[in-house]
Formats: sequence, structure tokens, C-alpha cells
Amino acid sequence: MSDPIEFVMPSLGADMDEGTITEWMVGPGDAVERGDIVAIVETDKADIDIEVWHSGRVAEILVPPGRLVPVGTPLAMLDVTDGEAIPPAPVAAAAPAEATAPATTSPPPAPPPPAPPPPAPPPSAPDMVAITSPPTRHGPTSYGAGDSPATGDDGAPASRIAASPLARRLAGERGIDLSTLSGSGPDGAITAQDLAAVSARPRPVQPEPDRPKRDPAERMRRAIADLMARSKREIPHYYLAADIDLEAASIWLEAANAERPVKDRILPAAVLLKAVALAAAEHPNFNGFWLDGRFQPGDGVHLGVAVSLRGGGLVAPALHDADQLSIPDLMVGLRDVVARARSGRLRGSEMSDPTLTVSNLGDRGVEVVNGVIYPPQVSLVGLGRISTRPAVVDGEIVARRLVTATLAADHRATDGQLGARFLNTIAKLVQEPEKL
Amino acid sequence: MTDTITYRDALHDAHREALEADDRVLVMGEDVADYGGTYAVTKGLHEEFGRARVRNTPLSESGFVGAGIGAALGGLRPIVEVMTVNFSLLALDQIVNTAATYLHMSGGQFNVPVVIRMATGAGRQLAAQHSHSLEAWYAHVPGLRVVAPATVTDARWMLASALDDPDPVIMFEHAALYASKGELSDGGGPVDLDRAAIRRPGSDITICAWGGTLSKALEAAEELGSDGIEAEVIDLRTLRPLDDATIVQSVMRTNRAVVVDEGWRSVGLSAEISARITEQCFYHLDAPVGRVCSAEVPIPYPSHLEQAALPQVPAVVAAAKAAMNR
Amino acid sequence: MTNEEAARVIVDAIEAVAADADPREVDPTEDIWYALDLDSMDQLNVMIAIGDRTGIEVPEADYPKLQSLADMTAYLAGVVTPKG
Repeated sequence: MSDPIEFVMPSLGADMDEGTITEWMVGPGDAVERGDIVAIVETDKADIDIEVWHSGRVAEILVPPGRLVPVGTPLAMLDVTDGEAIPPAPVAAAAPAEATAPATTSPPPAPPPPAPPPPAPPPSAPDMVAITSPPTRHGPTSYGAGDSPATGDDGAPASRIAASPLARRLAGERGIDLSTLSGSGPDGAITAQDLAAVSARPRPVQPEPDRPKRDPAERMRRAIADLMARSKREIPHYYLAADIDLEAASIWLEAANAERPVKDRILPAAVLLKAVALAAAEHPNFNGFWLDGRFQPGDGVHLGVAVSLRGGGLVAPALHDADQLSIPDLMVGLRDVVARARSGRLRGSEMSDPTLTVSNLGDRGVEVVNGVIYPPQVSLVGLGRISTRPAVVDGEIVARRLVTATLAADHRATDGQLGARFLNTIAKLVQEPEKL
Repeated sequence: MTDTITYRDALHDAHREALEADDRVLVMGEDVADYGGTYAVTKGLHEEFGRARVRNTPLSESGFVGAGIGAALGGLRPIVEVMTVNFSLLALDQIVNTAATYLHMSGGQFNVPVVIRMATGAGRQLAAQHSHSLEAWYAHVPGLRVVAPATVTDARWMLASALDDPDPVIMFEHAALYASKGELSDGGGPVDLDRAAIRRPGSDITICAWGGTLSKALEAAEELGSDGIEAEVIDLRTLRPLDDATIVQSVMRTNRAVVVDEGWRSVGLSAEISARITEQCFYHLDAPVGRVCSAEVPIPYPSHLEQAALPQVPAVVAAAKAAMNR
Repeated sequence: MTNEEAARVIVDAIEAVAADADPREVDPTEDIWYALDLDSMDQLNVMIAIGDRTGIEVPEADYPKLQSLADMTAYLAGVVTPKG
């Protein structure tokens, strides 16, 4: 069996940078299977069931319930039996988002007491410093222009370990104690290379006093506020709208539902979601993330479904590989995810990885939904009310059931021309519902 | 097909093309007509385009730069040549208080589409009053765009892009580059003035340079390469606004950076770039950001002292190796 | 099924779907779905819950008739009474 590995606080979406374990479903010695729910984590938005991505045995619980810890903090150690188990694509897809905010996502190493700056010997000085008696009254050093950091009192021994910021970050992420290493970098500093050979050693998380609990509704509001403000600050949205003829789909659905027991009936939303998912598969530029200054396509079509919560707020969990699901299966998935969203029992993998989001406000009677994109996603499809409206078919004005579909898209990732084609594809697909 | 051409001729061709392309373009400055400009960039152009469009001006930087700004406000597209950045300080008021501010102070009603070119840098024994690198003075000022062509290809094509900019552009030409030769690729075109260029890809360390220091950075990179260190060399091209994205993406990959700046170390561009790297790449840095700059003295006249005061290839190599602990 | 029984079934079904909703507070002639902020998914779940309790499969085509508590009570009582 290989060394124990860390089970860390996962990132459950771009808006999460810390979470609280509210309950462990497993204890030391318990066997776990890949995909098992092992803990419940409370985030600003909801209580989320957290899965484990390795099979093996729990060696140690590092963080007891009730403590708020940053994303990336080791929560438990696992003895794995499935070798090189790799987290599933969804979690991997979410990882890059974290890279953009290392400061908030890596657990800080235990801070040593403040110390004076290291009395570093000046590194090899460029030869210009060697020029003597420059023809000015002030030599270079009196400008504070030397290569070495200005030191206050010389000779004070440094108790702080010299390590590069990269090495400190990596050590924090891997749980490596820097004091056990010797550095090979400039001025004897520990560099990333010095960490490469060292295997992770767990470091129990220092207890910290619980922060006062905020009201859950307020925290939810705050989380949505942060994410949506970030979206409007960073994402140059453009908006397109198209009326989609749903007559054929409605007739098909009425016939299908007439033969189905109530519990198996399909909502029009499921048909539209399937069409959006297929269109996204056909137009991959709308399915993915804007990260590190470029578009990164999603790994599969994972439709985020905006679910409003009773009492306010919303979450947008993912329907995984929605383009691969039959409409009845998609309906089952939708019912399940909505029910669990409203009862607060979503899973970590559902929270972390939607590749685009659909917001359906038709039930609330609106015609047009101009949505706000969930960063780092690049598009959001809005669906309004399905209503009977006059339409011109073959030169005649007739009553048809229509829905206005909108696209809010990130102009950094796509242009309107492509967006129009994406919307058109959705419209075209729903004309032949039996093929969806 | 490629063609070898001097930096001076590349600029000359760029001016001729600009004068041909747009009747509103004119060149003005000290001795730009008969003498062809201090560095002979505009030689012969007055014969082709006439003295109204290639105009000698009195020896008064404040006066003729101000006239150029006025001409731009009046609908022309002047290219104003100033002999060196040292002398441009006499026109600093016109550039900083007028050209850079009008768009903002007029609530967007008046833009100033002027291009002001000037030589910069040392290495030709012209002493302290002709040799300084004061790019940072202009790069400090909102309302200006500051560019620095470092290659013959950029010398050939940046001018047109600068003229296309509706707002004032300051173009720095390192005096040591005019006689340098390089290959001009066929079918060049507009330069994206918002983007730096990676002139040499590498994975171990990022070296940022521009204008006169680019060739030194590339030479140092070759030398480092023979020691097994692969340096990535970025030509900033535009000093305001800085292309943070290109720099940051490079340092995220290499985890180390050295900035080569012929300006002084204190309160200069190297300080700005170093600060931005530290702000945006802190947790990716595996060594302190290194800087190789001019000594903090007025540039000396004697050749050996002048060369000793300037950033040189061995210092760049040493700074890179210090960051690599090699 | 009497009107009282039908009304109890409906209230139970709604409370099973949305625990915080109180159908008794709503005017029986008002649009119950809008008043309690129940969407089409909730509506479907209420129909399923009614089915579980009574065995009645409400055809989708009849949904438009089921917008208020009064409508629903009358409908359920009406559906069952003739058969019983």
C-alpha cells in the first residue's frame, strides 16, 4: 500500500473559498469506496454531500466537525487501495479556477513568529556596483539602489525560514513542514525543487476559534452578491434572444405524458434542457470556462440548472453529461437535483463543475430572461414563459406556443455571430422532439 | 522572402508610407528636411513631399511640440521628431499637461492624434545630456501611449499603428539601434500595440527587455542556453499600457524573472514591472525578481565608464544565474 | 371523497412538497401556485403526492382547471364521487 493521501476541503464552485465540515459519515478505520459520501460540508450556499475519489480506508480525521477551513485544507488522511486513483473529470475541471486565487485557497503555513528580515549576504553584485567615485555627490547605495534588501540591524539571526513564495505555497498545499528541509536556492532559500523529493507529511490543523456564525440567508445573499458582482465586473456580457416555436414539442410532450403515470411525466423544461445540452455539444465554445486569459472547453456538457430556493437565494447544481441523457432520464435527474437542492443535500461534484447554466423563469410568468453568467463559465441560457402567441405560419396568422430563449455570453470567449448560431441550433432541435 | 534592412531605413520607409497614405500626415522637427533629421530617418522626404509636409522647426521643443499638438487638434496627423528624450523635457509641459489631458478635460470631445518620436539611450559617447533613458517619465502618465520598437520589423510597422491611435503616442527609438540591421519579413502589417512579444521561448526564467536592451537580453539568453538554462525573452514593445498578461503568463510558467532596463533602478520601469510580477505572481515565484539597470549616475562620457554604467550581457547572465542559483 | 377529505389531501400534498408553505393561509379562490411560490416542478410533485394518497392520476390536460384550492377540491371530489 502506498503512503496515505490527503482528502482536502474541495472547492464547490467559483464562489467558495472556505467551508465547515458539519458531519463526518466515516471515522478512522472505515473502508470507503470511490464515490461514497463521506462528509457534509456547509458552505455559504448550502450543505453539500462530499464524495471521496479514492477507494481505501480512513487513516485519520484531521479536522473535526464545526471548524471553518479554507479550500485545500487537508481534512483526513486515506490509505488508498486503488493505486493512482484520479479524481473524476468534474473535479479536475474545477481545479483551474483555484489557480487564479492561490492566496485564498491554500492553507497558510503555520506562521512563525515575526522576525527581522534575513541578514542575507548580497547576491553576486552586477559589476556596475563596483564603480567607485561616481562623478556625482551621491553614490548608488545612498539611493537605496543596491541589490540587497535594506537590513535594519545587521547580524540579527533570522528565525524565519528562507523559502520562495512558490515553495511556501506548495509546502502548504502538500502539508510539508519547511523546517525539515534545507534550501538549495538563492541565499540558501528553499525552492520548489527542494520540495519535489519530499513526500507529504500530514500536519494537524491548528485549532482556531469558531467564527461567529452568520445568518444562513445572509451568507447565501453574500455569496451570490460576490459571484454576480464578479461576473458583471469581469465578463463583457452580450445578449441575444430568439422566439422558439414549441408547438411541435408541446404536442409531442402532451402525447407522451398522456401515456405516462403522473410520477413519470416530463416537464417542458426537460425537453428544452436536452436541446440546450445538444446545442452546447455542437457549439463547444459556449460550454466551458474562461480561465487564465483564455477559453478552456468543458469536459462534457454539465448543465447547471438554476434552482431557486424557498426562502430566497438560488443554487445551480450540475446535470452531468446532459447531452448523453434521454429526455426521461434527464427528467429523473432534474427532479432529483431540484429536490435535493431544495432539501440542502447536493453533492460536491454537482456544485463544482457546471459547464454552462440554464435559468428558467417561465413559471414565474416572465417572457425574457437576460441572465448573469456564473464565472468562470462563459454562457447562460435563459428561458421564459411558454405562452400561446400569434405567429405567422405559411402566410397565416395562427396561435402557436412559443418560448423566448436568450443567451448571455462572454464576449471574450465568443462573438454574437456564433451566439446566434447556438440559439438557432436550440430552436431547430426542439422542432423534432422525438429525435432529442 | 526576407530582406535585410537597417532600423533607420525601416523607419524611413514607414514615414514615406505614412506620408503617401494620408494627406493629413506631416513630419516636423529640428532639421528633418534638408539635413534629414538628427539620425537621418527623414532624409530626402522633403523633396518627395514638399516642405509643407516635412517641416523644419525652430530649435524650441516646447514650441514645435506644442504646434504639433495644435495641428493634431486641428485635424492633421503630425509626426513630431524630437532629437533626444533629454531635450523632450523642454516639451514636457506640452506633452503631459496638454496632449495627455485634453481628451479627459474635454469630456471626450477633443482627442490629440499626435505621434512624438524621440531617440533615447546611451552607448555613443554623447554624454549625460544626450544619453539618458527617460521612458519611465512618460510611461508614468495616463493619457499617453508609449511604445519602443526594438526590431527592424517593429520599426517598419509600428509608426502606422501609432498614427492609427486616436490619442498621443510617444515612440522611443534607441540611438544605438539606428544602424543595426535585421531581417524584415515580407508582408508585415499593423502592430498590435497592446501586446508584448515573446522573442525567444524558454521554460526556466523570464527576461523582460525592450528597445535597446532587447538585443542584450537575447544575447544573454543564448549564453544561458549553452549552460542549459532556457530563458524566455519578452520584448515589451509598449511601455504604457504594459501587457501584464504576457509577462504574468510567462512568469507563471518559469517561476523566475529578470528585468533589463537601461533606465535607472530607482523608481523606474524595472521597479514597476518587478512590482507587477510580485503582485500577480507572488505564489509562483521561486526566486526574487532580478533587475539589471544602469548605474545611478548621469551617463559618463568616457567610453569605458559609459559601458560600465550600462546594463551588459554578463550582468544579465549573472542575474539570471543568481535567480537559478547556478 | 368529500370536499373535506379532498381538501385535506391537497393540503397534505402541498406541505409534503414545500414544508414551509401553508396552504391554509391562502384564499381558496386565489391562484395557489403563485400564492405559495410553487413552480412547475413543485406542481408536478404535488400531483404525484396526490396520486400517492388517492390513486388519482390527474391528466395533464386537466392541469389548467387546478389553479386554486377551491378548484382542486371540487375536481378531486368530483373525480372520485361518481366512481364511488
